[in-house]
Amino acid sequence: MLDQLTRGKEIDGFAVGEPMHEGGMGAIYRVTREGYDVPMIMKVPRVGPNEPTEGIISFETEVTILPTLSGPHVPRFIAAGDLATTPYLVMEWIEGTSLEEFVKGGALPVSDVVRVGAGIADALHSLHQQDVIHFDIKPANVILKHDGTAALIDFGFAHHERYPDLLNEETRAAGSAPYISPEQVLHDRSDPRSDIFSLGAVLYEMATGKLPFGEPDTDVRNRLWLDPVPPSLHAPSVPPWLQEIILRCLEVHADARYQSAAHVAFDLRNPDQVLLTARARKSRQAGLMNQVKRFWDARREHGRRLRLPNAQVSRSPIIMVAVDTTHMDDERQPAIRRVTAQILSVSAEFRLICVSVVPTTPLMDGAEASETASGIHLEHLVRLRHWVEPLRMPAQRLSLHAIESPDAAKTIVEFARANNVDLIVIGAPGPDQPDRSWWRSVASTVTANAHCSVHVVRTAGGREAEEEG
Amino acid sequence: MLVALLADIHSNLEALQACLKHAAERGAERFAFLGDLVGYGPDPAAVVDLIAGYASRGAVVIRGNHDEAVQTGGGRELNDEAHESIEWTRDALTDAQKTFLASLPLTVRNDSVCFVHSSAAAPEKWPYIHSAAEARASIEAAGATYVFSGHVHEQVLYFKTMAGKTAAFHPISGSAVPIHSHHSWLGIVGSVGQPRDGNPAAAYALFDDAKEEMTFFRVPYDHLTTASKIRRAGLPEWLAHRIENAV
Repeated sequence: MLDQLTRGKEIDGFAVGEPMHEGGMGAIYRVTREGYDVPMIMKVPRVGPNEPTEGIISFETEVTILPTLSGPHVPRFIAAGDLATTPYLVMEWIEGTSLEEFVKGGALPVSDVVRVGAGIADALHSLHQQDVIHFDIKPANVILKHDGTAALIDFGFAHHERYPDLLNEETRAAGSAPYISPEQVLHDRSDPRSDIFSLGAVLYEMATGKLPFGEPDTDVRNRLWLDPVPPSLHAPSVPPWLQEIILRCLEVHADARYQSAAHVAFDLRNPDQVLLTARARKSRQAGLMNQVKRFWDARREHGRRLRLPNAQVSRSPIIMVAVDTTHMDDERQPAIRRVTAQILSVSAEFRLICVSVVPTTPLMDGAEASETASGIHLEHLVRLRHWVEPLRMPAQRLSLHAIESPDAAKTIVEFARANNVDLIVIGAPGPDQPDRSWWRSVASTVTANAHCSVHVVRTAGGREAEEEG
Repeated sequence: MLVALLADIHSNLEALQACLKHAAERGAERFAFLGDLVGYGPDPAAVVDLIAGYASRGAVVIRGNHDEAVQTGGGRELNDEAHESIEWTRDALTDAQKTFLASLPLTVRNDSVCFVHSSAAAPEKWPYIHSAAEARASIEAAGATYVFSGHVHEQVLYFKTMAGKTAAFHPISGSAVPIHSHHSWLGIVGSVGQPRDGNPAAAYALFDDAKEEMTFFRVPYDHLTTASKIRRAGLPEWLAHRIENAV
């Protein structure tokens, strides 16, 4: 059996060396192989009829995800054995210091918190850019490399956006209790901002030498309501901007946190750019009554089944984009779509209205179906749908309108007003092609007459071409 | 071996040709047509002939509820548009083509793989799979590592882990998904000829049994031509609208 490996044994060409770790989930050995000059380890899961299935599912998760990852912040995948017969995973052994060792001595100086914290945030951002959420960010899973960067290890609880999630149906919250996020408590395995919460817990521990939510055996559901003691109360040397960063990472609601690990890294490296809020000035934990209120709020919000509700919004802005479906190859089309995507990315609550104004055409008898007025109308709707398809808008937030009218600008302005549109996105006049004079007047007339803001999209080089012309 | 899985073609020749070309370019060696070759679309005869050609070269071809309705004179249990198109399809096919449809099996089992149009739990009753519980019933009835089916016109991958948990995964087009053989899997491959998710591109999937990997694809094709053929054939306008807008 593989879980009875002995030193000197060889598996698929890998010579098994010293055991480094033996635990409930399996064992880790140093291995070597001729022709491989990187230090390597082999993970072997415990398998058997009496072993818990979580161990093997975690192992399989890591075997599946690690080969997809690259870059300096993760161990390199070397080889994996057949899952059914000889399950093992060989990966690069990353030289460096475990953050667990580094934080053992208590609170770190602010300069170390910043340097190490920004390094972990860089590593996390690199991971998130590869469509992977770690779900087990804690000091033991961070290696501080000799070159000053940080690497993340142990992908046994990770989630890959493009792969089936075998841990999705597990009833236990996967992760390590002191660092677990509200999302993990609620079994939501789709939100990378969960890792930002755990990063906040690690920053808190580095800055104060204490855990934000109490000792490891704490009930993880306190993540939904407990207001941690402000870090500066434990460690007076923590400046307001660092407290702001830490507490922002630890917000219960993901929307209130940093939305990207790159932003955490940026703020840690640019303290003077940190926007200070009440978090920075907080000098005490919420009082008893306030904590009780937070508890009841969480209870009411998440209900008995602790489901994360959709974010409540009092107002959903409406964005209207004018698309010229008569000129689908126009180089401004992707630019307009890109800008629209950027605007929509601000909030999941925005609503998008796509409008094409089609010049009125005379009806002709006996024409093909596609040439009749309704056929043309339908064709422009199809093109609008094709145009908007890459934005992946859910149907309930999207509407498409092909409007036949001889006066595009007037139609757009009136339609926007009638539909309480908050922002119109429209292409700028193009360079000196004569057939685009139509656009010239449309964009400028809409800008002049609209009741709301107008975003005029110009492609790079458009203005120069115009000025040269 | 790379197997192309194509379901719910629905007499859409342009979509079928686009998917077959796409699969051939990626090295597909075997083909499985998972039912509903006909119904709704304007080219039943050409589609049946094309698929019969693949069948003569060893392809798996499964019977769907629309294929059965053509033969039995049924289809009244379907909606009005479907029923009207079944009547139209019956007139558009030769006896030989109808005999081919009637000869198709409800399920085919090859080693660890089961092919079926709807659910292996009751293939003759055409149940729809919309939940993990319904998926699990199909997986367990098939007793196979892999079940591939269609019928619901969407791309979903269900999996049952060793611990017995069943869950759904919504794949991303073109991204290979590992499907290890020690779990059980139900791949619903989407509709070649009549997608309904707002994206008019044809849907199908490739299964690589050696790599234990499955890739779902969306393939754009000239759907406006198909829609105008539907109108010219005098089929219900809604069917053309549906092709254009994938609703």
